[in-house]
Amino acid sequence: MVVTTTVSDSDEHLHCTFASRYARTSLPRFKMPEGSMPKEAAYQIVNDELMLDGNPRLNLASFVTTWMEPECDKLIMDSINKNYVDMDEYPVTTELQNRCVNMIAHLFHVPVGDDETAIGVGTVGSSEAIMLAGLAFKRKWQAKRKAQGKPYDKPNIVTGANVQVCWEKFARYFEVELKEVKLKEGYYVMDPVKAVEMVDENTICVAAILGSTLTGEYEDVKHLNELLTEKNKTTGWDTPIHVDAASGGFIAPFLFPELEWDFRLPLVKSINVSGHKYGLVYAGVGWVIWRSKDDLPEELVFHINYLGSDQPTFTLNFSKGSSQIIAQYYQFIRLGFEGYKSIMENCMENAKLLREEIAKTGKFEIVSKDVGVPLVAFALKDGSRYTVFQISESLRRFGWVVPAYTMPPDAEHIAVLRVVIREDFSHSLAERLVSNIQKVLKELDELPPRLSTKAAHVTDVTDETQKGNADQPHPKKSAMETQKEIFNYWRRISDMKTSGVC
Amino acid sequence: MVLSKASSQSDVSIHSTFASRYVRDSLPRFKIPENSIPKEAASQIINDELMLDGNPRLNLASFVTTWMEPECDKLMMAAINKNYVDMDEYPITTELQNRCVNMIAHLFNAPLGDGEAAVGVGTVGSSEAIMLAGLAFKRKWQNKMKALGKPHDKPNIVTGANVQVCWEKFARYFEVELKEVKLTDGYYVMNPEKAVEMVDENTICVAAILGSTLNGEFEDVKTLNDLLMKKNQETGWDTPIHVDAASGGFIAPFLYPELEWDFRLPLVKSINVSGHKYGLVYAGIGWAIWRNKEDLPEELIFHINYLGADQPTFTLNFSKGSSQVIAQYYQLIRLGYEGYKNIMENCQENAMVLKEGLEKTGRFNIVSKDDGVPLVAFSLKDNSRHTEFEVSDLLRRFGWIVPAYTMPPDAQHVTVLRVVIREDFSRTLAERLVVDIQKVLHELDTLPARVSAKIAATEEHDKNGTVVKKTAIEVQREITTAWMKFVADKKKTNGVC
Repeated sequence: MVVTTTVSDSDEHLHCTFASRYARTSLPRFKMPEGSMPKEAAYQIVNDELMLDGNPRLNLASFVTTWMEPECDKLIMDSINKNYVDMDEYPVTTELQNRCVNMIAHLFHVPVGDDETAIGVGTVGSSEAIMLAGLAFKRKWQAKRKAQGKPYDKPNIVTGANVQVCWEKFARYFEVELKEVKLKEGYYVMDPVKAVEMVDENTICVAAILGSTLTGEYEDVKHLNELLTEKNKTTGWDTPIHVDAASGGFIAPFLFPELEWDFRLPLVKSINVSGHKYGLVYAGVGWVIWRSKDDLPEELVFHINYLGSDQPTFTLNFSKGSSQIIAQYYQFIRLGFEGYKSIMENCMENAKLLREEIAKTGKFEIVSKDVGVPLVAFALKDGSRYTVFQISESLRRFGWVVPAYTMPPDAEHIAVLRVVIREDFSHSLAERLVSNIQKVLKELDELPPRLSTKAAHVTDVTDETQKGNADQPHPKKSAMETQKEIFNYWRRISDMKTSGVC
Repeated sequence: MVLSKASSQSDVSIHSTFASRYVRDSLPRFKIPENSIPKEAASQIINDELMLDGNPRLNLASFVTTWMEPECDKLMMAAINKNYVDMDEYPITTELQNRCVNMIAHLFNAPLGDGEAAVGVGTVGSSEAIMLAGLAFKRKWQNKMKALGKPHDKPNIVTGANVQVCWEKFARYFEVELKEVKLTDGYYVMNPEKAVEMVDENTICVAAILGSTLNGEFEDVKTLNDLLMKKNQETGWDTPIHVDAASGGFIAPFLYPELEWDFRLPLVKSINVSGHKYGLVYAGIGWAIWRNKEDLPEELIFHINYLGADQPTFTLNFSKGSSQVIAQYYQLIRLGYEGYKNIMENCQENAMVLKEGLEKTGRFNIVSKDDGVPLVAFSLKDNSRHTEFEVSDLLRRFGWIVPAYTMPPDAQHVTVLRVVIREDFSRTLAERLVVDIQKVLHELDTLPARVSAKIAATEEHDKNGTVVKKTAIEVQREITTAWMKFVADKKKTNGVC
């Protein structure tokens, strides 16, 4: 008689995911694994690792939309396998993009007739939009200089030191000099007077920001336009303006319709806006609009025989998903003017609430303005005992991601915390945040003993160095220098973005 | 007594979508509407318009992935609100990108030590990847020429006329001259000898394609490398190679591992591949890999400080979704080497089924090669009575999107139809396509009578003016246009399945 024993290893696919061997092996990091694994295991493993990412909705650092209605999520998922660039195959999707371009152009008061089509394009974000706008300016300027028989090898662009990093990228990659108007304490945007002073014959455009990344302020585009018009009359250079309305483009028209910043000003030739910020769409869509056909040199537009038909295209990216374009159109027709207005009003009220509560703690100075992008930027009144970086670090324990930044030159000694109010940041979340900030302040107030040890430690190191270099002059550390060292120490530990601010 | 009448207008919100007034109004096209509408109405309206788009899975024109496993769809939806660029906030997502870069670099035999990190980045597609690679070459070349005290204002790039449009974009936007090696009848890729001849001291790189868009062929990168090395020895110019492996990068390593086209060749300094083609991810992801640090000038890299460590970044786009990066990682670990190999083998077999089916009709010349990207490019043996464009149009009635296009110079007289075999194009679909093509041919065969009637009509029309002598081509074009219009009018009746 043979007693058969059952094989103890039942069929692989019957194992519950966490009992299977896939959850026991180390995930490959540098090389592709040789064999396949079941999809449930792959899904679970990736899902679990991603649990350790921050929660997007508590990410108060970003302007980028983190919530959309489920109906829209469904539309997004349904179109996730549509390659946007196949215009011939997906003509309706292409038309939706065109409708969005026209809607946004009209929102910005583009001078076209009611049935005339506007010039513009959907991009992956404001970075691409800005590069395209910059390219158009560069090419126009080069053509103008060539016609005048003048040198055209040193183009430059005038902007404030508060620009977002993509302007620096544009300048570096497309070989344009970046002339930055420095900031100063208390004035954190580009000064129109200084900007116009910096304009020379090689300036391809002046870039103004509607909704500065750091404080949410709107730059005074009208004033810039007036000063530049005057200068143009004297010099005959015809320098144009570009408005980087990445954040402000979907706020100003609804909350401050009288504010003249868009195509109502004659020198404004192109505007970019991020669909994925206050356009209320998930990350991955931006828009650039030109005033008229003349502002977009024809030589930059490609007419290609793609998959059998002629298509004009002016973008840096080619294949990309269609979901965000469709989502943008959804938002336009779903919300309409009144819907966007209500949402922006809500954001401003929640920002006001947060601002007042933070001011009430008595520990902070509010750096952001009331009029602008709904965000609250605040600095510590007394930064000697602890810094905003420590506050930011401690808030992470509660789940909040509140970034701390130093200002660009010449205001690098100012460090702020910044909370961005998005559509999905409700009144109750605002109250909870304030309560958590108060907890953190209380904790940090009890820290002084630890900090003086650190200060002492820092001085000790200096002493050691001195001992080693007996013949070196004795370096006298001012209070400022000590503060700076501690500041830098904490900076290294906590997260920090300087020019990489988004 | 007052008879009150119940108001016939009940609360708008309870109307069924199609009974509500929202579907009676014309959708705004030029201006944002004043008022909001309920989300169900907005969703339904857009969904309905989109029904008239082509069906992505029947779009045989595109290499870009149109199907992924539901598990992956779930991962993608969960990550749709993550802005990829927030590296501080989403460190895991950032790490997944780094892992993908390393895996792909190793797949391409990048000369790295075991613990050494590869140099590369995830992009939105091969266009961005190519622009970054081109930028790196341009900057390196400029630095070299500056150091030699030579002029650096006229950079050029040598490539075949079969390049995809993004190379022309790169050239135009970044002010580099594009020197194209022309094609010839029967030879539809870049000729390595002619390419090397065109190289001069201003050439920043030679770009070879692994998987030509038009007929799927792999260019002979090895021969190019050998010839270019010889020339470099004589001239001392040190001209490098870039391989545009947008399609081929995820095929060659699995089907033709002995084919030397990647970093095994010493002159290859950077490679781009589309994650959204045979990387098997939805549209929106590409990869650029450099051989090593020296090939990516430091001045182009922006440094972002996160978690105390330095995260160097070199991309054109900033904010973008994270879903595709996560999906790429899912695919790499889910399928592994064997999984990708199986899928590519399937694609090749289905391509063979289609090719043989077409050959059997006796009406087509196969223009694509057996080796290369799994696609079938074919042209009519006799296109005097009907053109490939007509075949393409008629196939649309069945729901198939099969593009027809002419070859680039100097082979513009050749027109081809091209069917791309993707992962989700099964054998059954291949057989059905052949059947439908036969139906179309049959229909076109019955047309000659109508064609001559059209010719007669055209001649009559010109009775008043001078007799316009129409060449055969003109008449053919007119008829084609007439048919295209006829078919286009019928197009909207396509039901999307």
